[in-house]
Amino acid sequence: MEQLKTIGRELAMGSQGGFGQSKEFLDLVKSIGEARSKAEEDRIVLREIESLKRRIVEPGIPKRKMKEYIIRLVYVEMLGHDASFGYIHAVKMTHDDNLVLKRTGYLAVTLFLNEDHDLIILIVNTIQKDLKSDNYLIVCAALNAVCKLINEETIPAVLPQVVELLGHSKEAVRKKAIMALHRFYHKSPSSVSHLLSNFRKKLCDSDPGVMGATLCPLFDLITNDANSYKDLVVSFVSILKQVAEHRLPKAYDYHQLPAPFIQIRLLKILALLGSGDKQASEHMYTVVGDIFRKCDSSSNIGNAVLYECICCVSSIHLNPKLLEAAADVIARFLKSDSHNLKYMGIDALGRLIKLSPEIAEQHQLAVIDCLEDPDDTLKRKTFELLYKMTKSSNVEVIVDRMIDYMISINDNHYKTEIASRCVELAEQFAPSNHWFIQTMNKVFEHAGDLVNIKVAHNLMRLIAEGFGEDDDTADSQLRSSAVESYLHIIGEPKLPSVFLQVICWVLGEYGTADGKFSASYITGKLCDVAESYSSDETVKGYAVTALMKIYAFEIAAGRKLDILPECQSLIEELSASHSTDLQQRAYELQAVIGLDVRAIGSIMPSDASCEDIEVDKSLSFLNGYVEKSLEKGAQPYIPENERFGMVNISNFRNQDQLEVTSHGLRFEAYELPKPSVQSRTPPISVASSTELVPVPEPSYYRETPQTAPVPSSSDTGPSGLKLRLDGVQKKWGKPTYSSSSASTSNSSSLKVVNGATQVDGVSSGNSKTHETSYDSRRPQVEISEEKQKLAASLFGGSSKTERRSSTGHKVAKASSHASEKFHTSKSTTIYSADNVVEKPNLVQPPPDLLDLGEPIVASIAPSVDPFRQLEGLLDSTQDPGTFGGTKAPDFMALYAETPAGGRSAVTNPSQISKGPNVKEALEKDALVRQMGVTPSGQNPNLFKDLFG
Amino acid sequence: MIKAVLVINTQGKPRLTKFYGFLTVEKQQELIRSVFGVLCSRAEKVSNFMEVDSIFGPDSRLVYKHYATLYFIFVFDSSENELAMLDLIQVFVETLDKCFRNVCELDIVFNYNKLHSILDEIISGGQVLETSSTEIMRAVEEISKSESASNSISIVPKTVSGWRSR
Repeated sequence: MEQLKTIGRELAMGSQGGFGQSKEFLDLVKSIGEARSKAEEDRIVLREIESLKRRIVEPGIPKRKMKEYIIRLVYVEMLGHDASFGYIHAVKMTHDDNLVLKRTGYLAVTLFLNEDHDLIILIVNTIQKDLKSDNYLIVCAALNAVCKLINEETIPAVLPQVVELLGHSKEAVRKKAIMALHRFYHKSPSSVSHLLSNFRKKLCDSDPGVMGATLCPLFDLITNDANSYKDLVVSFVSILKQVAEHRLPKAYDYHQLPAPFIQIRLLKILALLGSGDKQASEHMYTVVGDIFRKCDSSSNIGNAVLYECICCVSSIHLNPKLLEAAADVIARFLKSDSHNLKYMGIDALGRLIKLSPEIAEQHQLAVIDCLEDPDDTLKRKTFELLYKMTKSSNVEVIVDRMIDYMISINDNHYKTEIASRCVELAEQFAPSNHWFIQTMNKVFEHAGDLVNIKVAHNLMRLIAEGFGEDDDTADSQLRSSAVESYLHIIGEPKLPSVFLQVICWVLGEYGTADGKFSASYITGKLCDVAESYSSDETVKGYAVTALMKIYAFEIAAGRKLDILPECQSLIEELSASHSTDLQQRAYELQAVIGLDVRAIGSIMPSDASCEDIEVDKSLSFLNGYVEKSLEKGAQPYIPENERFGMVNISNFRNQDQLEVTSHGLRFEAYELPKPSVQSRTPPISVASSTELVPVPEPSYYRETPQTAPVPSSSDTGPSGLKLRLDGVQKKWGKPTYSSSSASTSNSSSLKVVNGATQVDGVSSGNSKTHETSYDSRRPQVEISEEKQKLAASLFGGSSKTERRSSTGHKVAKASSHASEKFHTSKSTTIYSADNVVEKPNLVQPPPDLLDLGEPIVASIAPSVDPFRQLEGLLDSTQDPGTFGGTKAPDFMALYAETPAGGRSAVTNPSQISKGPNVKEALEKDALVRQMGVTPSGQNPNLFKDLFG
Repeated sequence: MIKAVLVINTQGKPRLTKFYGFLTVEKQQELIRSVFGVLCSRAEKVSNFMEVDSIFGPDSRLVYKHYATLYFIFVFDSSENELAMLDLIQVFVETLDKCFRNVCELDIVFNYNKLHSILDEIISGGQVLETSSTEIMRAVEEISKSESASNSISIVPKTVSGWRSR
């Protein structure tokens, strides 16, 4: 029977167009399916557009034909071509009385138009009429359109009707009316503010579906203002209780779970309401605990509910029992084989970690597995978790890991994010200055163009100011280590501009400070930079100013100035530069070189980048000169905004509260083009001759008292100093960090080794269960020593937790092999402190050696052949490693209805019993292939894994 | 809130696209292309979730499911639960399967106005409205019935007869 139908359908398609569409449409889809290139597809679609344009305006088109044209327009637009010529016809179709045509019209306009389109005005009237229709299907169609097409201005036109529909007899209409109202609230909260009580009322609707829909707007309302809805806590709890106790009709069950989507939404709402509210939370404990107990964790949706419970527990007032239940669920998630569950587990762990950090320690090995997983999503989520649990004891390992990952990816968006996180963590927790500089170097080297320029300015400032304490030797050590590392890096090709700016500035300021490097060496390097990045003017500017500083310091120190020929030619070249900035700098440099020791000492004091420079904002030193000029009959200076009449005076005075009272005249600095803003900004760069690229930061200056001359540290670039340096300095102040962290990580690694050896004996009992649950090609369970060490350094776990967690897993013989290899290669230095620092590097390369061999194969597979991909889809139990071997089971075998081969294993019994169904699907597939729609389709039972 | 529902075939051709905020046609195409680009490069046995801030703007997640030649993709923000969204895809596909009996790509291409009706029953204005595939089927069935009553155009003969036999 089924088969006949398929054949019939095929016949119908051949002759008059199956699926209710004409042959033309069929041909269109077919030819697009067969198109070999995007260009060919475009040609076909453009031809179609031409023909539609021509035909759609023909008079007297039968309605069903018109309907098809509209559908074709939608199709064309979905493929990315402009179908705007037909919009008006879709609008017209909404006016039609016929339900089919009306629905098609509404569908098309909701896909075509946005709420601000000019044609909307033509539809509003129709919508108004349809909302009053007797046929509830028309009302539903209109409500769908309302959700998409009504904007702030047109809300009042339909609002009364929508509100009225809240009391409609059909629950489908009530649901949609609530959604429409919710949409109005999104678009313009004020327009429906007087109607919000309706949502509360609808919570008591007789239909659970309507109640469930009401939770959507309530969730949004409560997100914005939880306090006004505290009275509903009891109601929500009782609803949730009833739902969880199967009190809803069977129809609401999904995979044997009572209305899970409603449960999830209720839990979300409870999480909001219970956050920071002990009293409200106490109402919830019982029901959440019940759900934890009852919820079936074998189905996907059950886990979704459990995950939501964890979120709820982490948000509401702490309850130790629930926390324990949540931790159990997390453990189950993390031990699961499914990447989805692991992902949720890591996410949930990130939520709970704030409440009880020790939970993470129990799962350290699972977390490390996730970190090394080939799945990028999981990896990123794990990095997010690590970011949340960073403290000063594990910052080195985590940041090093992050940087390694950052280097390995190409996604600029995520690279930026992870780079800024590295910087943030490094600033907050850096154990030593040296490490900090090294870390920043790495970040700049690999993601310099992506990080905020402020980070660079901040780094310069940190190097200049030292780290808070008055320990000058530490500061100078830091500087020389920075200089050394920069001189080392500077030779690398293609460094990011921001990084070069930092390098140039530091070399200029401190390159010769400790006397280790000669001036000619440093200047030579700076010249190289300026030459090799000749297109980057900012870098060149920094380089020239750095040169000037070094020469000035040389002169000030009384040494003979030895200008390298390449520097000389660089300066000459730049003094003829098109950039006035570079020209200025070059001339300044030449002028400075010509001065004597005393003059240089006062204009370029050594190591004075942190000194405050007093800016005489009123330029009072010119007063004498001005007075003299006035006596001679010169015109007094009138500020720019007073020049065109006196209207602006009061305005100006208000803005500018500078003390210019000693004279009747205002001796203002010359106004910059935008007086209103700039008049507040002190002329920062006037006095600092060494200032390179002033990046004005108005918000910063607003914080400084206007009356006093602004203390601005000249060279660090007064920009970007708003970062939270205070906190950083304090943290940096403790010199204990560097030594203590090294020793702790060292000792903990020792402990791990101890733990591992102990475990070796005990493991056999547990290993069995693991081997069955994980399938054999996943040797991930075998924990290498490296991993454990990593875990120890990440979590800094005590030996007790260490042992507990490692007994939970299996340490196989193979792993000791792997680690032995490491031992031999790295010989006995493995316990030395240096090695601990290097550890991440050790762990990074071995994935193929340790355990990730298989996943890598899996990740390569899809690029090989879509057929094989499908095979994998078909037979999920099959080892991806054997992809190459198994070929698709014989097609004929399927025709003969023998459910043989690998297929039978996964074919759902119901599917097999439906025998003809398989055939039908096969026929269909053959047809599809013939149509060229699914050329890569291999699986005739297209959706059979649906029920699997 | 759900931001978009996409059905793309394994060659990157869109089969059903629904964006719950307005986007220009060009932007839609760009998004589809980038989503497909990312999905293609995913290995097989990995999670069905992705964070797609770089494509859809901040706070965007994506859940996809690969069925035969089609990717079903839901894009949403942090107010939804990833696992639940995965099941919503399941609901959607189950409904399609009930509606078309062993749904295949061809059904989707030719009946996407029907697909839209189904989707409109499940999601309305970016919010999940209905999650029971029987309920959805009932609603869609009713629409089809009254459509066929009001008009002699038979949309999909197969499915109509299929319902009667049930």
